[in-house]
Amino acid sequence: MRMPAKVYNELAASSELPPAGVILDPGNAEQYQTGDWRSERPVWNAEACIHCLRCWVYCPEGAVRVENGRVTGIDYDHCKGCGICAHECPPKTQAIVMTRETGRSA
Amino acid sequence: MAVKMTRMTLTGNQAVALAMKQINPDVVAAYPITPQTEVVQTFSEYVANGEVVTEFVTAESEHSAMSAAIGAAAAGARAMTATSSQGLALMWEMLYIASSYRLPIVMPVVNRALSGPINIHCDHSDAMGARDAGWIQLYSENPQEAYDNLIQAVRIAEDRRVLLPVMVCQDGFITSHGLENLEVLDDAVVREFLGEYRAAITLLDKDRPITMGPLALQDYYFEFKVQQAEAMRRAPEVIEEVGQAFGQLSSRQYGFFETYQLEDAEAAIVALGSTAGTARVAVDRLRRDGLKVGLLKLRVFRPFPATRLVEVLTGKAVVAVLDRAESLSGMGGPVFTEFRSAFYDLSSRPLFVNYIYGLGGRDIGLDEFHRVGSDLRKILAEGKPRQIISYLGARL
Repeated sequence: MRMPAKVYNELAASSELPPAGVILDPGNAEQYQTGDWRSERPVWNAEACIHCLRCWVYCPEGAVRVENGRVTGIDYDHCKGCGICAHECPPKTQAIVMTRETGRSA
Repeated sequence: MAVKMTRMTLTGNQAVALAMKQINPDVVAAYPITPQTEVVQTFSEYVANGEVVTEFVTAESEHSAMSAAIGAAAAGARAMTATSSQGLALMWEMLYIASSYRLPIVMPVVNRALSGPINIHCDHSDAMGARDAGWIQLYSENPQEAYDNLIQAVRIAEDRRVLLPVMVCQDGFITSHGLENLEVLDDAVVREFLGEYRAAITLLDKDRPITMGPLALQDYYFEFKVQQAEAMRRAPEVIEEVGQAFGQLSSRQYGFFETYQLEDAEAAIVALGSTAGTARVAVDRLRRDGLKVGLLKLRVFRPFPATRLVEVLTGKAVVAVLDRAESLSGMGGPVFTEFRSAFYDLSSRPLFVNYIYGLGGRDIGLDEFHRVGSDLRKILAEGKPRQIISYLGARL
């Protein structure tokens, strides 16, 4: 069964939101920035970091950025602010500190 | 120009099943329940005889029947089911899925009281309980109206301005099992009236893959609800157009309500469904006794046609709203509260009284209307009601 082309085009062009939440672009979950949900923000201190990668291992969202075995920062588009990274960061190091989120994700 | 029609004697259930045969839906998924059983039983005979092309799904519950209808409609099929009472209650969460996915599913509802105590007879507590589920609701007085409403419901639901599911209600046993003469259209005429169904959105278009029913949280959910509300607000113009088109075809005109002896009336009685028949006779008798009373039979309860009701009822001294459901809110029945709210913004408005009646199939007859009549006389004389909400026909 095919949708009449006219209807499909109308739906796609009608507004920001096709009715009923129908998603017309396949695979667009990639564009959904779940970082919008965050109420606390992990702040990473590059100078204090010992690159043990515990935060990278424990992050449930894969939001710790790592290049060549070294932490390079946090992916705020997808970090939901759970604070596990800050909890797992060794107490003597404290390279990740949770702060109150004041605005939308960076 | 009205087309040729055939006179038949059918129960309300048979009339609805015949309309379903003429609609010839792609999918019907159903589970039998008294007093709806005869609808799906008769329709299953049409399926067995090869008189329809329908894929008939015998589901194991009403929850599954509605789920299957939703799946079929999402795939782009014209899908239907039918139910009553507990069956409608069991469908509850799926009713909201059907309307929020904007699937134009049409469902005959044969109104029956909700348990408990367990009861199989008519009242409107089942459909009234579903009034906020986002479905359009049409109420039918007799088998003819149940038949006519069902055919119109398909065209209303599928209109691109609407895309909402529709319940077509009739009174359990009173009309569902009552034999009446009615005029039915030819199959070909119904088919032409409805046209070939082209779903607005379908999951089965492999060239244009889509997702239906995704997650929508704080950031989008609200907007989808507003879209549903806007569709419901657009529905009246479509209901009106379809009613007129059907009128041209059959010479039976349909609007949001029907009035009887209302124009010069000082007092009005409002009723839904089969009670309107008794009410017409009662109006004649009360008028003979000198009470200037008229009837308004409401056909469309969702969307609630507030503006149009205000137009015809403004200037009446008192309106008695009959409710065949007790919403247990402490503020009267569901029809009553809607009527009162509709008139709130007017500086001069009628007095409103509410009669809750007929629960669990308790009969309503001329004696009950006689009591309403004497109350209305008192209210007209005294300028205000002694009691706003009453139970009509209950032992107290």
